[in-house]
Amino acid sequence: MCALCGVLGADDHWTSAVSRPGVYTRNEDRVSRRREAAKRLKIANAVLQTRRLDLREWQGGTYILSNATGGTRVFQSLAHMWPEAEAMVSSGFDPLDAGFLQKIEEIAS
Amino acid sequence: MNGVSSHRGGRIPVNLLTGFLGSGKTTLLRELLADPELKQTAVLINEFGEVGLDHHLLERIDENVVLLNSGCICCTVRGELVDALIDLDTRRARGVIPDFDRVVIETTGLADPFPALSTLRAHPVLANHFSVDKVVVTIDAVNGEAQLGDRLEAVRQLAAADVVAITKTDLCSREAVAALRRKLTAINPSAVTVLRQDAEAAHLLGGSSFSPDLADASTDADPLGGHGHHHDKGDGGHHHHHHASGGSTVTSFSLTVEGRLDWTAFGIWLTMLLNRHGDRIFRVKGILNVGGEDRPVAIHGVQRLVHPPVHMKAWPDADRRSKLVFIVEGLDQAVIERSLRVFNDLSDRLLSQTGENPSRQARQLAL
Repeated sequence: MCALCGVLGADDHWTSAVSRPGVYTRNEDRVSRRREAAKRLKIANAVLQTRRLDLREWQGGTYILSNATGGTRVFQSLAHMWPEAEAMVSSGFDPLDAGFLQKIEEIAS
Repeated sequence: MNGVSSHRGGRIPVNLLTGFLGSGKTTLLRELLADPELKQTAVLINEFGEVGLDHHLLERIDENVVLLNSGCICCTVRGELVDALIDLDTRRARGVIPDFDRVVIETTGLADPFPALSTLRAHPVLANHFSVDKVVVTIDAVNGEAQLGDRLEAVRQLAAADVVAITKTDLCSREAVAALRRKLTAINPSAVTVLRQDAEAAHLLGGSSFSPDLADASTDADPLGGHGHHHDKGDGGHHHHHHASGGSTVTSFSLTVEGRLDWTAFGIWLTMLLNRHGDRIFRVKGILNVGGEDRPVAIHGVQRLVHPPVHMKAWPDADRRSKLVFIVEGLDQAVIERSLRVFNDLSDRLLSQTGENPSRQARQLAL
């Protein structure tokens, strides 16, 4: 727990698991954790911006998702990212939808 | 694997024993508990009914046998499951009940294993005191095939299995058992299938190949099971089976991906896929060749629950391609494969813009 802000525990989502023997994670030290978090934000934002959403990270443990009209959602676990994002848009994020995949293919190409 | 392991890193392994109604769960449990290796095993029995009987059939009544009989574990009694496990652990720590080094939860015959597994992983106290070990599923040799055809519950149970124990084999022919076995492997190719009478406690319950605690010990463990997933087919390494159940189509297939996978993009892709389609993805298992890593990473998911990825000590064979096994209902293999490639390529494009991707840089250097 952070003694100053009282944030309890840490996110143990499988994509960013708490470091322990045998578990694959990039959460091993401060530098690799920050590097991976920056990379994750970059890829996630590229996907989210197809629906005009923007994701930011606060203090390494909280995520702030915003839309173009100022709507904001705050969550602590990466497990909540897609449910929260889907709740903010009407068309959703379906990685098996041909139209959505087409948009992803057009990013940075 | 030396016998049934205990107290992995301070956490007590929990097995889920499930199987359709009348498939022989309690009989198997009674026989397993007679094994001296399981002497220190606590048992939670969940029965759907006003009067619980199964715990009497176990012929072992002590403080380490707990009955949850006011509903089904996958819906109404999940809170009770949490309370029962915490209570057992507290009483063990205080010395009120005999020490135990493993917990077996016998579910009802209609239970979906996913909610119980999810509870064990997600509850902040349970996750730190218990670890999820193998899911053992009993399949009745006489009725199993019909149940798998008629009941989606039976397919969900089978899809979640790490070990499938075929019961009642003495009641039907050897050919029928062999045919059932082929069918089980077709639906869940990643599970190990055994005949109940051949099953030993150590192999049945202990040593999940996905347990992080065993990553160093089991260098030759193949998380995709022992049923030959490394099919080199002319269609690019795909292999799939179809199985109709209750009007729906359950399919299992394996994807083989050439080249390295970007871990970050894979995580974003799989979480998005499971968020949207998790109720139709019964199982996903894989060995991944992750960019920047020499050793493979094993992943293991049941519906929307994905276990912590395991960093294996070595590749099981010379093949360095990533392999993913899916068990899905009504989803198209080709679309899933295309989607994975699109997201992997996205990472490559995005990160090459800022020179962050070492694999891209290496390729450019090679050119």
